[in-house]
Amino acid sequence: MILESRVIVHTAHLSLILQRLSEELLERHPGFHNTVLIGLQPRGVNFLNRLAMVLQARLAVLSNDQSFSSGGSLSESESHGRLRMPAQGALDVTFYRDDFRHRSEPLSAHTTQLPFSLEGKKVILVDDVLFTGRTIRAGLDALLDFGRPDRVEFMVLVSRRLRQEFPIHPDYCGIEVNTHDDERVRVCWDEPEGAHITLIKTTG
Amino acid sequence: MKALAQANLISIRDLSAEEIDLIFTTADHFKEVINRPIKKVPSLRDTTIANLFFESSTRTKLSFELAEKRLSADVVNFSASGSSVSKGETLVDTVRNILAMKVDMVVMRHPDAGACQFLARNISCPIVNAGDGAHEHPTQALLDAFSIRENMGTVQGKRVAIFGDILHSRVALSNIFCLKALGAEVMLCGPATLMPRGIEELGLSVTNHVREALEWCDVANVLRIQLERQETRYFPSLREYTREFGINRKLLDEIKKEIVIMHPGPINRGVELSSDVADSGRSIILQQVENGVAIRMAVLYLLSTRPQLSL
Repeated sequence: MILESRVIVHTAHLSLILQRLSEELLERHPGFHNTVLIGLQPRGVNFLNRLAMVLQARLAVLSNDQSFSSGGSLSESESHGRLRMPAQGALDVTFYRDDFRHRSEPLSAHTTQLPFSLEGKKVILVDDVLFTGRTIRAGLDALLDFGRPDRVEFMVLVSRRLRQEFPIHPDYCGIEVNTHDDERVRVCWDEPEGAHITLIKTTG
Repeated sequence: MKALAQANLISIRDLSAEEIDLIFTTADHFKEVINRPIKKVPSLRDTTIANLFFESSTRTKLSFELAEKRLSADVVNFSASGSSVSKGETLVDTVRNILAMKVDMVVMRHPDAGACQFLARNISCPIVNAGDGAHEHPTQALLDAFSIRENMGTVQGKRVAIFGDILHSRVALSNIFCLKALGAEVMLCGPATLMPRGIEELGLSVTNHVREALEWCDVANVLRIQLERQETRYFPSLREYTREFGINRKLLDEIKKEIVIMHPGPINRGVELSSDVADSGRSIILQQVENGVAIRMAVLYLLSTRPQLSL
């Protein structure tokens, strides 16, 4: 039962976070050469779709900026590459989870869509909330069954401290929050009052 | 998501239309998995499954074994020939001995109808019926309906005709239950001697004329004449059976309608189905075999992940 629900990140703040995360991506992956973004089904994919919209808009601005795209210290190929969106995929980890028998109700699977080879790619796994770390652990297993990427990074919108059960740390983090076991973090994208993140207190 | 209500899969009649749909959507995901370069997921790596085949089988046994291995389960195989069954051990004793070695699930084929039902009353682990006598073969019916859904979008409202030896066929009975549950219309076609009396009461039509059934149906599921189950002669000769009930290219061309041809295998080429039909574009026989692995993965996965169950 829900006891209390509190907004912890408002719409304006969330949009700033998305902008910062897309800037970090641009900074660390110039040109997105051989780089792919893979969202974990289902909520990581929702987050990735929003992030991709912000990233797309940012790339459009950069491509109009003459001094950025033709001048500076960038070489021709780099400046050309800067304007390309990285490929995106969706990964379902249901069959890779280690906790499916410990849940009160069974998990439903979603589709996996990886329309590219992972060989030699730089993969950024994207999820909305990092809690125990078990989902991303399963995500790594699932990912490696599709090929051998050069490098894997992890982006999360909300990192819940105090409860991580595996030595997993995000490379890109939207916001860190301190939470208890009886609390849940929900990222709401399609709300009439605008996208936001809430903290929900529950019983048990 | 819903879960399966029953701990076993013994009869299609135990499944609701929603549960069949749950098996289908799960099988969709597993079909994607078995078409990957690495055709394996680690879901059942903590589960040991025993395949108990008290009756010979090639396709079903291989299909179950592959499904189990694709789910990373440990598999032990048992076949009646050369086992202690020939030394006089009872079925329950044989299975209890196997379970004592810490096996979590049982897949069983048995020549006697009701063997799985009987076993389920005596042991506590999940059982999947891989065919019991002339009674039921639920996973075959599920994969047949799944193949129809895949080719025609839905099973609801489709007309499916089942041809051949209905009397000795567990595939026919399971198919009837499954198709009816999903809202398809069913017609049976075969010699009167191989048609169980009173089968119309299941809510289907019966004919002895192949042409009539072919003109009516969208899907033709052609069964094998089970010569090994027939002590008496139900028809004068195989040649006469082929002339009256065999499906060939000429017959299908005269119908002027696209009919999907299915067969649960093994085919007796030139008896119930001519080679030019079995190998034509209308035939989805090999697709059925591929779907068999995905359906069995879905059944094993859903049975082993039922929340009430702690292995």
